[in-house]
Amino acid sequence: MFAPFMENTWITASIIAAIAALVGFFVVLRGATFTAHAVPNAAFAGAAGASLIGVSSLLGLGAFSLGGALLIGVLSRRGRHDAVTALIVALMLGLGALFLSWSTEYAPEIYSLLFGEVLGLSSNETNLTAILAVVCVLILACVYRPLLLSSTLPEAAEARGISAARIDALFLVLVALATTTAVPVVGALLMFSLMIGPPAAARALTKHPAPAMALGVVLALATVWIAIAASYQTNWPIGFFVGVGSAAWYVLARIGAWARLSVKSVGERA
Amino acid sequence: MSGVLNSIFEPGFFSSGPVHAALLTGAVVAAVSGAVGVFTVLRSQSFAGHSLSDLGTLGGSGAFLLGVGPLWGFITAGVVVGGAMDLAGSQRRNSRDVATGIVLGAVLGLSALLLYFDTTSSSTTGVTVTVLFGSLFAVSGFTVPATLAFAGLGLSALALCYRPLLLSSVSSDLAAARGIRVRLLGLVFMIVMGVTVALSSLIVGTILSPALLIGPAATALRLTRRPLAAMGLAAALGAGATWLGILLAYDSYHWPPIGDGWPVSSFVVALIFLAYLLSALRKPERRTETVYSENTVHAVSGAV
Repeated sequence: MFAPFMENTWITASIIAAIAALVGFFVVLRGATFTAHAVPNAAFAGAAGASLIGVSSLLGLGAFSLGGALLIGVLSRRGRHDAVTALIVALMLGLGALFLSWSTEYAPEIYSLLFGEVLGLSSNETNLTAILAVVCVLILACVYRPLLLSSTLPEAAEARGISAARIDALFLVLVALATTTAVPVVGALLMFSLMIGPPAAARALTKHPAPAMALGVVLALATVWIAIAASYQTNWPIGFFVGVGSAAWYVLARIGAWARLSVKSVGERA
Repeated sequence: MSGVLNSIFEPGFFSSGPVHAALLTGAVVAAVSGAVGVFTVLRSQSFAGHSLSDLGTLGGSGAFLLGVGPLWGFITAGVVVGGAMDLAGSQRRNSRDVATGIVLGAVLGLSALLLYFDTTSSSTTGVTVTVLFGSLFAVSGFTVPATLAFAGLGLSALALCYRPLLLSSVSSDLAAARGIRVRLLGLVFMIVMGVTVALSSLIVGTILSPALLIGPAATALRLTRRPLAAMGLAAALGAGATWLGILLAYDSYHWPPIGDGWPVSSFVVALIFLAYLLSALRKPERRTETVYSENTVHAVSGAV
């Protein structure tokens, strides 16, 4: 499991988990679950298209997740956000299906694009992931305060001259960046569960932003590490462990929060 | 003249059995999806509708594993998960979306496992693709009457609770004040949506079926604000897109790059998206967007 050829997997997956949790905190805060689900699906179409014309799949992932995210941003100004998002997801997957029908990819490769693949990561990919992650963290650090304010109190943010539309676009770019880094490993369909599960669990336990982000990162790292180990042992797809693990944290956190609340209320009554 | 016709309708289009079945089931499913979709959009439950169809992946892949027809897998998954999601969900939109997302993530993980077993246990390579992207031309035999029956069931359930459902969709508090059991109605609607999505999953595949549910309905609601008219329009749009998609897919057998036909699903979705974009060109009636918008509903429910 800790053989040299797995080294890149461990490093890459850890970076991905951290980024997913950091961006995911804002996804949960803004209630943008559906967007976080939509963008990786766009990335899937991008990867399929990239393999068709023979360019690097990371390029396709990046272009399509960014394009999809911005398309959601532009169109949802005129219509309903969730209906637009649903349409974009379907359009992107339709494109993905079309590209796949043209290409001669084998089914297992399509499958690993959708549900993730832990083996066979090169150090080249690890470096790219690291670079993208650094960019993502830098952007996040620069816009942390306005993003937080605009996500929790949009009116107060507007009053302070923070444009909601601009923040929204920036947020979508962040989601697209995080997606681009993560999809090759955890897969297009399960990327978002890593983005939602750990941060939502963290937020159920603490309301303070910084501890919630830190806790989210820790939980996401735990999810990914357990998933890689289990996937390596059983040969089952990593997506299964990531999806179920992320949800399990959330359920545990909700039970924990509920228990704490009932203990408190019993204490108050006594 | 006949040359032009022949180049539009490839020879054999009208005499092909699979095409007949595809046209019939496609239209029926589009009609039901349109009607249910209008409510889905009104209730801002697009994410739930989308998730339901994604969760159908679990049913589809499970059915493959057990060797029963995929329709049954889709229907079972749709009904069970739809009910569970409604029971687990709360009324507040943000936390509802997060709860939906959590369930969706867990079940997608499970589907990944089932699909993995499907691909390893049998050497048929295309299970992932068939379950996820569907194939209208593969509709056959027993599936047609079963689809029709379930479609009828869904439509009559919708007709039965049409008025209370409409009221509770626009303002749930107002409906509650009138003595309508909103939660129960929500549960019934989720189950109807589950069945509908299961049907369209069969046609365009689990991850494309939300397009048929949401797309025509969202387009129709941009063009008219009367719910019944919107349902009719949505059904017509959906059926039109499906038929045109089938025709194009049939014609595409001789198109580049590989001469093996383009997927029906891609055509259908692209056409639906195009219709949605075109509907934006028309100047909206001033109150179209506002009458049913969430803001109004929130304002109304805040005031009550």
